[in-house]
Amino acid sequence: MASAAAAGAPPGPAAPRSRKSVTGTRKTVAALFLLPALVLLGALVVYPIGYSLVRSFYNASGDGFAGFDNYSALFTDDSIRTALKNNVVWVVFAPTVSTALGLVFAVLTERVRWGTAFKLVVFMPMAISMLAAGIIFRLVYDQDPDKGVANAVWVGVHDTFAQSSAFPKAHPGRESPLVAEDGGFVTKAAVHAGQPVTLPLVGVAPDQLPDGVKKAVAARPEPGKVTGSTWQDFTRGKGVGKLGAPDPSEVGYAGMRIEAVKDGEVVASTEAAGDGTFTLPASADGARLRLPAGNFKEPYNGVDWLGPALVTPAIIGSYVWMWAGFAMVLIAAGLAGVPRELLEAARVDGATEWQVFRKVTVPLLAPVLAVVVVTLMINVLKVFDLVFIIAPGSSQDDANVLALELYRKGFAEGQPGIASAISVFLLLLVIPVMAFNIRRLRREVRR
Amino acid sequence: MRSKSSTFRTHRAVTTCAALLAGALALSACSSGDNDKKDNGEKSGGTTGPSVTLPKLNGAHLEVAAVWTGGEQANFKKVLAEFENRTGAKVTFVPAQDPIINFLGSKIAGGQPPDVALLPQPGAIKQAVQKGWAKPVGAEGLKELAKNYSQGWQDIGKVDGKQYGVYYKAANKSLIWYNAKVFENAGAKEPKTWQDLLTASQAVYDSGVTPFSVAGADGWPLTDWFENIYLSQAGPEKYDQLAQHKIKWTDPSVKQALTTLAQVWGKKDYLAGGQDGSLQTEFPQSVTQTFTGGDQPKSAMVYEGDFVQVNIGETKAKVGTDAKVFPFPAVGSDAPVVSGGDAAVILKDSKAAQALITFLASPDAATIQAKLGGYLSPNKNVPVSAYPNAVQQKIAKALIASGDDFRFDMSDQAPQAFGGTPGKGEWKDLQDFLKNPKDVAGAQAKLEKDAAAAYGNGG
Repeated sequence: MASAAAAGAPPGPAAPRSRKSVTGTRKTVAALFLLPALVLLGALVVYPIGYSLVRSFYNASGDGFAGFDNYSALFTDDSIRTALKNNVVWVVFAPTVSTALGLVFAVLTERVRWGTAFKLVVFMPMAISMLAAGIIFRLVYDQDPDKGVANAVWVGVHDTFAQSSAFPKAHPGRESPLVAEDGGFVTKAAVHAGQPVTLPLVGVAPDQLPDGVKKAVAARPEPGKVTGSTWQDFTRGKGVGKLGAPDPSEVGYAGMRIEAVKDGEVVASTEAAGDGTFTLPASADGARLRLPAGNFKEPYNGVDWLGPALVTPAIIGSYVWMWAGFAMVLIAAGLAGVPRELLEAARVDGATEWQVFRKVTVPLLAPVLAVVVVTLMINVLKVFDLVFIIAPGSSQDDANVLALELYRKGFAEGQPGIASAISVFLLLLVIPVMAFNIRRLRREVRR
Repeated sequence: MRSKSSTFRTHRAVTTCAALLAGALALSACSSGDNDKKDNGEKSGGTTGPSVTLPKLNGAHLEVAAVWTGGEQANFKKVLAEFENRTGAKVTFVPAQDPIINFLGSKIAGGQPPDVALLPQPGAIKQAVQKGWAKPVGAEGLKELAKNYSQGWQDIGKVDGKQYGVYYKAANKSLIWYNAKVFENAGAKEPKTWQDLLTASQAVYDSGVTPFSVAGADGWPLTDWFENIYLSQAGPEKYDQLAQHKIKWTDPSVKQALTTLAQVWGKKDYLAGGQDGSLQTEFPQSVTQTFTGGDQPKSAMVYEGDFVQVNIGETKAKVGTDAKVFPFPAVGSDAPVVSGGDAAVILKDSKAAQALITFLASPDAATIQAKLGGYLSPNKNVPVSAYPNAVQQKIAKALIASGDDFRFDMSDQAPQAFGGTPGKGEWKDLQDFLKNPKDVAGAQAKLEKDAAAAYGNGG
């Protein structure tokens, strides 16, 4: 293209004939100056790449030629395949989400008064090392809502809508008249008026018992009514004490719901008093008593952020937290170069802000966006530290990425051959993206 | 590579001699003081006289590599200081990283191996011997070993009948630690059998406390759980066969052990946080959550070895009063004793290195560290009274009493890819089993598949 243009052009300055460059430096001098850089580059970049390539064709101990065995392991080994799959997820989502967020931040900060301060805050995570960010997010995603802020928020929101119950771990003790049914408990036999029913349970932590509990007392028989008591049949230090009857220090289950069930239908229901006693009308005669599951609902424990299903999205979230700021700064710089007149012209022509953003700002920013996405892609392909630190041992395999698998194969399992093959494979993945970036850069310079 | 380092050493020896000459000292000092064994050792021996005689090694320099950190490292350095006092040699501690065998590999490739390394797995000793790194223990060391160690502890330091490793430190991995207050409240007693353990767990559960804390985020506590049950249930012979992968993981004995294990792991309410919570509980947390929270800790018991004490130290609980321990109950006829340990291995043979090995095999060295706490010696001549508290004395006694009936941690004997890699092999498979304890056959199949792959290529 360049030569065609030169041929078509009128005879301008003659093409340089001699081997001397514009500044007149000799080749040897140039070589001399290039030498230190070349030596360093050769020793630190080219040689390791070459050696990895060679090593990837040898077996684990390095003394036997293995052909393509290591490469075939890339596609047969389960954990490498998981890593590969996760890498795809990473490459697709992490750069796009970071860039999208960066774009939104950049465009919005243009228009607010404290834009610079806001940018500073968003960019700040970039100043933190990957390792520190990993440790921070390990805590953020902690399962225990008292420690992990993500679950603290989630549980807080959940509990505003759905209360947990007072007796989460209550269960029948030995020789209990109760059997489990649908998460609750039901008496084995039907109850009858005038014969007090006992519904003893065990297993509620004393500090979790609701306020207003009193010492449990045995219910008195009342003619024409079904009476009974439900209480914690457990004495500290003595086990159950007297089985099936309230001991002096045992407390009633205040507020426990009790339903009388006949043929699957609730005929009467009540709540236990502070001392655990309750009374049901005569209609409950002959019914079975049920302690419905609502009494025993476990406290909501939040989301299993670092469990096998969510671990990769969770780690990508922490990556976005770090790199959205980077994207924002680059895009904001690009935005500064966008001619204001175009935006103004669009507005004058009656475009809405959304149209201005979609039809003018984004197309003008496209080159910058591409550079940001591609840079982040290269960055994401080698992601290691975040995954290594955030994923707990039990889900490390589910969160695996190629760089981590490389480390595990090479340094923990003593499989340098396969590790080298992974590194070569990673290099192959990076090359097209790199080539794209370099070409872009060249074009940019030419412009 | 080795020659390079040895020229370096001779060079230094020459300089030392020159310095001595300049100091107008007798030339004989240079011709390495062979036979004066007395004077230096005597004055630093402390209250008890030294039981081992060491050569004088003025001017010698040793490097010792181990993965220990923190208090453990500080305590071990005190033992090395005693060796320096007695012999006049200079010993430097080189902190290493796990897996130490890879660390040593890079050191050896670099031509600077440490003189002595402490290897935590029998598999690592074997590897070191196969690669030609390890040097056999000399006559002095062998004599000391024979005097102080039971046959079993000597044998696991042997490769092909030759003694390479001297077990300096042991771990008793058949212990269950419990919160004494919770047991008291629940009216539970220290169980002797697996059935008792289940009864005690139920009593604890009835009292409103979750019985167990299982560190499922780390894989190794899970393998240790399995090993104790398997050793007690299937017996030592089967244990050895499985450790060498002579029987398959699909064996009925494995099925039985996993089924037994599921009696605890399979009950959501028996595990602090349930199965999912356990899988995100790391080992230190599993200990601290058992011993914090007053009357209502998150769990009542935590299984692991004697080193649990270190983590209990991070809480306010006191070992012996708030935190107590009982041996892992017998699942089969006998209670299991699963142990671990670190063996000292010579990587660069010299008189000084041999002397250090001899010293580490002696009760003198072990007693020093035993007094400092957090340490257990397989040396049967270390007085039980040397341990600082009753709990440690109990653990030490149990270990020595097991004589040759103990078995070394199975996952430590397995190739690293199977028994020692986070998120892989046995660690991962048992984590999956903890997640889904109903699927015994599936867990066995996965274990066998991973084991076959790992043992097949020799790790």
